[in-house]
Amino acid sequence: MAHVGLTHFLILSAILFSLGIYAIVVRKNAIMVMMGIELVLNSANINFIAFAHFGNYGISGQIVSLVVIILAAAEAAVALAIVLNLFKTYSHINVDEVNKLKE
Amino acid sequence: MELYDIIFYLIALTVVVSAAIVVGSKNIVRAAYSLLFTFLGVAGIYILLGADFIGVTQLMVYVGGILILLLFGIMLTNKVYSVDIRRENSYIIPSIVIVGIFAAFLIFVMTETNWVTADPTFPNTTVFELGKTLLVHYSIIFEILAIVLLIALIGAATLARNDNKER
Amino acid sequence: MPGSNLITLSLIILFLPLIGFITVLLFGKRFSKLYNFEIGILSANLLLTLYVAYEKLFVFANQKIAMDATWFSFGNIPGIGQLNIDLGIELTNITVMMLFVVNLISFLVHVYSTEYMKGDSRFSRYYSYLGIFTFSMLGIVLTDNFLMLYIFWELVGLSSYLLIGFWYEKDSAANAGKKAFLVNRVGDMGMWLGILILFTNYHTFKFDTIFAQIGLGHIPFGSEAWLTAAGILLFMGAVGKSAQFPLHVWLPDAMEGPTPVSALIHAATMVAAGVYMLTKIFVILSADALTVIALVGAFTSFLAASIAITQNDIKKVLAYSTVSQLGYMVMAVGVGAYTFAFFHLVTHAFFKALLFLGSGSVIHAMHHEQDMRQMGGLRKKMPITYYTFLTATLAISGIPLFSGFLSKDGLLAGTYAFGLLTGHWTVAIFGFVVAFMTAFYMFRLVIMTFHGEPRNKEKYDHAHETPKAMTIPLITLAVLSIWIWYTPNPFNPEAGWFYNKMEVKTTVVPQDMRFNFMKTEAPEHETAETEKLNSESRETVEGEKVVETERVMHSEMYEHAMHEAHLPTMIWSILLAGLGILFAYVIYQWKKISADELAKKWPWLYKFSLNKWYVDEFYDKTFIGGTLEFSRWLSIFDNKVVDGIVNGAATLTRGVSAVSGWFDTYVVDGLVNFTAFFSGVLGFGLKKIQNGKVQSYVLVVVLSLILLFVMFLPFF
Repeated sequence: MAHVGLTHFLILSAILFSLGIYAIVVRKNAIMVMMGIELVLNSANINFIAFAHFGNYGISGQIVSLVVIILAAAEAAVALAIVLNLFKTYSHINVDEVNKLKE
Repeated sequence: MELYDIIFYLIALTVVVSAAIVVGSKNIVRAAYSLLFTFLGVAGIYILLGADFIGVTQLMVYVGGILILLLFGIMLTNKVYSVDIRRENSYIIPSIVIVGIFAAFLIFVMTETNWVTADPTFPNTTVFELGKTLLVHYSIIFEILAIVLLIALIGAATLARNDNKER
Repeated sequence: MPGSNLITLSLIILFLPLIGFITVLLFGKRFSKLYNFEIGILSANLLLTLYVAYEKLFVFANQKIAMDATWFSFGNIPGIGQLNIDLGIELTNITVMMLFVVNLISFLVHVYSTEYMKGDSRFSRYYSYLGIFTFSMLGIVLTDNFLMLYIFWELVGLSSYLLIGFWYEKDSAANAGKKAFLVNRVGDMGMWLGILILFTNYHTFKFDTIFAQIGLGHIPFGSEAWLTAAGILLFMGAVGKSAQFPLHVWLPDAMEGPTPVSALIHAATMVAAGVYMLTKIFVILSADALTVIALVGAFTSFLAASIAITQNDIKKVLAYSTVSQLGYMVMAVGVGAYTFAFFHLVTHAFFKALLFLGSGSVIHAMHHEQDMRQMGGLRKKMPITYYTFLTATLAISGIPLFSGFLSKDGLLAGTYAFGLLTGHWTVAIFGFVVAFMTAFYMFRLVIMTFHGEPRNKEKYDHAHETPKAMTIPLITLAVLSIWIWYTPNPFNPEAGWFYNKMEVKTTVVPQDMRFNFMKTEAPEHETAETEKLNSESRETVEGEKVVETERVMHSEMYEHAMHEAHLPTMIWSILLAGLGILFAYVIYQWKKISADELAKKWPWLYKFSLNKWYVDEFYDKTFIGGTLEFSRWLSIFDNKVVDGIVNGAATLTRGVSAVSGWFDTYVVDGLVNFTAFFSGVLGFGLKKIQNGKVQSYVLVVVLSLILLFVMFLPFF
């Protein structure tokens, strides 16, 4: 293998992304879905940082990464609140059984 | 093979393996703990890429915040009597196929594109640079982020409150 | 042109009754007094007629005034040239005299009907019908071409139908109207064929043009037989309209109509239209045609007179008397004395109308009793009616000092002269015998009705003289039945203005088709004369009014014969009339011979006469029966065959529609159902995608991303 370059990091992030998508699609527990979401976000972050390092973009990539982390945190908080509400209503959190909106 | 590469491959292995465990494990707690290692690995990647501040932030926020939240969620919503997660998901095979193809495509794209790259740089004063750029060029974003955090806080609190008495 | 005023006035006279008809027809229900408008129109007509007649007879005495207008033009037809249909009117002396007769009698009938038809529920409608009748009759009188003649001929037939069947609630009246119209139609068909023969050959309907053409020798289809045929066919119209044998059957039945109608139509005017037409077309009647006409007329008059002797209904006697007198007129035309035929037409119009109106007066007084066997002794109760009636009876019987004598005498002289000239005495014998019978049955009528003792005491007590509206017309007509208006000399009709005003035309029939006494000598001389006269007649230009010199020429032979016949005729006719009156008195007044005994002695003769020679029954069995049988057969054919075809078509349609229905249900609907099923299946399948699970949606997103990758792959 050649010297580790941009491509390697991108491949890593692609793998992480796919795994994250898989987790979102397959898992039934809401918390597991949230873990998948975190994985996806992390993979995106790796992408940004890699480009910030290997490109000519200055420090902007890291700024974006920072923003993503912050938003991930906020979203995780809200999502958990929703999940707790779900648990209160359904006494389970299997997302494929939460379908009261569908007729 | 330089040291840099060896470290990268080690950390990458950690990340991928633990991510696989997160995704594939039946036990949700095991998945959570594996997620911890994933985050750690990703932080390592960040530092490898010279984003030291981001790496530390990742550790603090993700591991110290979000993971704890997730654990809280797990503990609060877990059924006591059964820990088995039914795996009769009919979407497993199609999703493996589709996601696999997707991954293949992504990797193909990544490798085939001629990225415009410059020489990798390791800035010395990451924090300084970050602060300057954030407050000078992206101040709006900074403010909005603050508001978003506030809203998320209030929203989460509102959503999760116990409002039996107020009906 | 001074004559143009007269034409305009004539047109006014023609169309005023039509206006009356339309007005009263439309508004008669609302304004019950509107019949007075109609009477006013007729009186205006009468005054205008008097003026026109005076002007024509004394100012334009020897000229004919005419006016033409093109109705429509067929343009230039190859082989024939310009083909136009013209309409027009002409005024000759005969025309204006006829105008006067028609208008006067119509006016008197209008006045009479105010009393006679009083209280009738369709009073106004009656007056409107009188209006259209007057209009139609005036049309016939004024016309100068065959087409207009035929149109008005039919119109008169229609008016007659309407008026005969006026009381249509009575079955007999409705049937009588139908019979009149249908029998007339038979005659009219013949007339139309005659007109068409002339039109085919001469491409015009105008009288004068056709007469001139024949005079030049262009006879129809170049054959003499056709000329005779045309003449006889035209005569058929007169046979129908003037009730000659064999089409006389409608006139007695027409008595179902109101009596004033009988007076107007079936005595004085409509039935005279046939004779009037004959006088107009006399010039193209060949000797053969004239012989036929004379024989038909003679036979008819005998037939009718023989029936009249035994009839008991007062109106039926008068009806048969009319038929008989019309036979006289037709006979006179046939023997060449058509001026006397017209003379008799005029005098007959007056006294026959008087007879009918008088009988109407009697019927009205006896509360609609028409059987003479219930009457009697009415002389004392209804003096005015009696004396006027007696005047008319004397006139019709041919007693001197009355108008009827003059015309009848001349007429019989004509038949006598015919006998002298040609050696055929049949017609003359018929004529004189009928004179005897006429006097007999007329006085029988008078005696049974007015003289002697009343046979029905109750009705007699209720009888009274009729009101003025009915008696004044009677008096007027009685006055006109006296000799003095026609000629100063009661024994010589030719001395008077009336006879001399009537123009006499030479016949234009080719020489060898004429009677000997009508042939003229010196063909070259005649050709020059005829040519000069013909060229004048061809001066007729469309749209302009033409004043033409009229020809007055008599054959010398004929004049001589007429002079010879005059005295014997007079003697014979007075003798026979006197005998007839004597017989009537003997049998009915003095009851020396009983009528019933006579009837019993010759029962078959009596029955034959009483039942009208069984002519109606004969027609019933043959023509009518045949027609009904034929129509029955046709209806069977229609029901079985035609309806069978129609039903078959319907069945076929049903079969086809059944197949089509099956096709529609199984194939078309199947297709539609399958489409729906397919949609359902597809939908059902696709429905699974929407399961409310977000995770599956995410998967779909990823899938679509892959698809996008695939799409953009060539760009690598």
